[in-house]
Amino acid sequence: MISPAITSTRPRAAWTAALPVIAAGALIAYGLTSSGYIATVLGFAAIYGVFCTGLNFFMGYTGQASFGQNAFAALGGYGSAILTDRLGLEPVLAILASMSIAGIVALVVGYPTLRLRGHYLAMATFALGLITYEITIEWTSLTHGYMGYSGIPPLGLFGYELANEKQQLVALVVIALFGVWISNRLRNSRFGRALRAIAGSEAAAAALGINVARYKLAAFVIAALYASVAGSLFAHFIGFISPEVFGTAMVVLSFTMLYLGGIGTTWGPLVGALIASLIPEVLRSTLPGGLKEGQDIVYCAILILILIFVPKGLSSLGSLWQARRSAVREG
Amino acid sequence: MALLNVQGVTKRFGGLVANDSISFAVPEGSLFAVIGPNGAGKTTLFNAISGFFAPTSGRILFDGQDVTGLAQADIAQRGLIRTYQLVQLFKDMTVAENVQVGFHRMTSGNVGAALLRGAGFRRQEEHIREETRSLLTFVGLGNRADVMADTLPYGQQRLLEVARALAAQPRLLLLDEPAAGLNTQETDALADTILRINARGVTVVLIEHDMGLVMKVAQRIAVLDFGRKIAEGTPAEIRSDPAVIAAYLGTEAEHA
Repeated sequence: MISPAITSTRPRAAWTAALPVIAAGALIAYGLTSSGYIATVLGFAAIYGVFCTGLNFFMGYTGQASFGQNAFAALGGYGSAILTDRLGLEPVLAILASMSIAGIVALVVGYPTLRLRGHYLAMATFALGLITYEITIEWTSLTHGYMGYSGIPPLGLFGYELANEKQQLVALVVIALFGVWISNRLRNSRFGRALRAIAGSEAAAAALGINVARYKLAAFVIAALYASVAGSLFAHFIGFISPEVFGTAMVVLSFTMLYLGGIGTTWGPLVGALIASLIPEVLRSTLPGGLKEGQDIVYCAILILILIFVPKGLSSLGSLWQARRSAVREG
Repeated sequence: MALLNVQGVTKRFGGLVANDSISFAVPEGSLFAVIGPNGAGKTTLFNAISGFFAPTSGRILFDGQDVTGLAQADIAQRGLIRTYQLVQLFKDMTVAENVQVGFHRMTSGNVGAALLRGAGFRRQEEHIREETRSLLTFVGLGNRADVMADTLPYGQQRLLEVARALAAQPRLLLLDEPAAGLNTQETDALADTILRINARGVTVVLIEHDMGLVMKVAQRIAVLDFGRKIAEGTPAEIRSDPAVIAAYLGTEAEHA
């Protein structure tokens, strides 16, 4: 559920706060010292971490369903591709411009859509993703359709480009950590409490004066901004995007990550993105020859086991351990 | 002047008249109770007053202003705060966090303030933490602040809901059957808490089944039966009202 490490007011051991940074540092070091391929996998994980951290505002903190957040990733990705290619914008400016567009679209689409609840909201948002997918295929003059968009410039600032995937990896991890930092600040505030109250009981939230519709919309727009950044980062990191990149598979994968890491927690989305990205790679390199073909099965088995034994996500492991320890102390 | 003025409120659900032209006035600072048998329309009345839904006809004046049909959050923002008959806690939050949400109405700042965390933000958070502590102590949950809300026993969940409502600094507090599911001891403690809330200057309107509780705390009582108000008066007057005895107390008296 909610890690006491995040909510507790006690000044808890400093190492808990430093742990994510140390872990991130170790990952960067790992990425930098291994092959470019591993660096690419870790880069993907960081990008998905950004996407899921945003989605967590809407699905975790606020408890609403969105099956269409890939639409905003597509907006970001194509925004970055088109703005750098056609208008020659700097990647950073293209990312910011795409974010603004995604934010405005989320506002306009979210205002009527968020009146729906539960399954209806899920269906409406799902449609949003499908519509965006169709547009990216059909509007060939703008998006190159199925062919996709290639030759997107890598991340950089003021004309200085991050030349290889290892330099980009550092940038991606820093951005992902910044995303989590924002998420943590917002969560533990009047704003974040209002979102979480809506997840708990809309009736009670409204009875305390919380404008439920407005806060839902705010969470939806924030999720869209994160998704747009993730889409842009993907475009600049890989240099190529196509409609498939932002297809329904993205929705399924992000849900897996969200639940794996711990939905509603601050670090869960990033942790989930990392684990879900790394498991297949670890399996590929460690499974003995005969089992290699079955690695998808092993992957799914691991996911199911984690969801059965750690239903609140991997980032809840710490608090589980703590709960057990304090239970022992009290008992 | 009356803080709450209910004027001819009617609520129909299809052919069913749940509230039939109900009127009463609650003076500022008083402790008012609405009683009646199951299905008399008490919760429907609360839902109409608090803006959970709009009444079919009639007017609701709060502090002299017409609030009929306003959104629930807007009515709450004016200081009319309710609790629910079935406790509606924020289950994934701690006891303290539940109360902190209650301060929403009396505090300010959203995304910008949360990101920048200036001096004002930190002062406000500190204020919220202190007030939360004192409110939890006030309802007797001072030592449960850091546990998850849904791990509390039922009686304490009810008290938490009251503490959370108090955090919103209500001018008028609507309590919907706060004693439902409580044992005698807990009910006595609750009666004491309600009296202390009223002593702080909060006007209280109470829906209740537990006659012992109502007779003990209420200054004035309205009785509903089949959606109609059949009597209104002091506890003593209500106790001896023949219409009330026929409709309600006749079957309940031996339990009270």
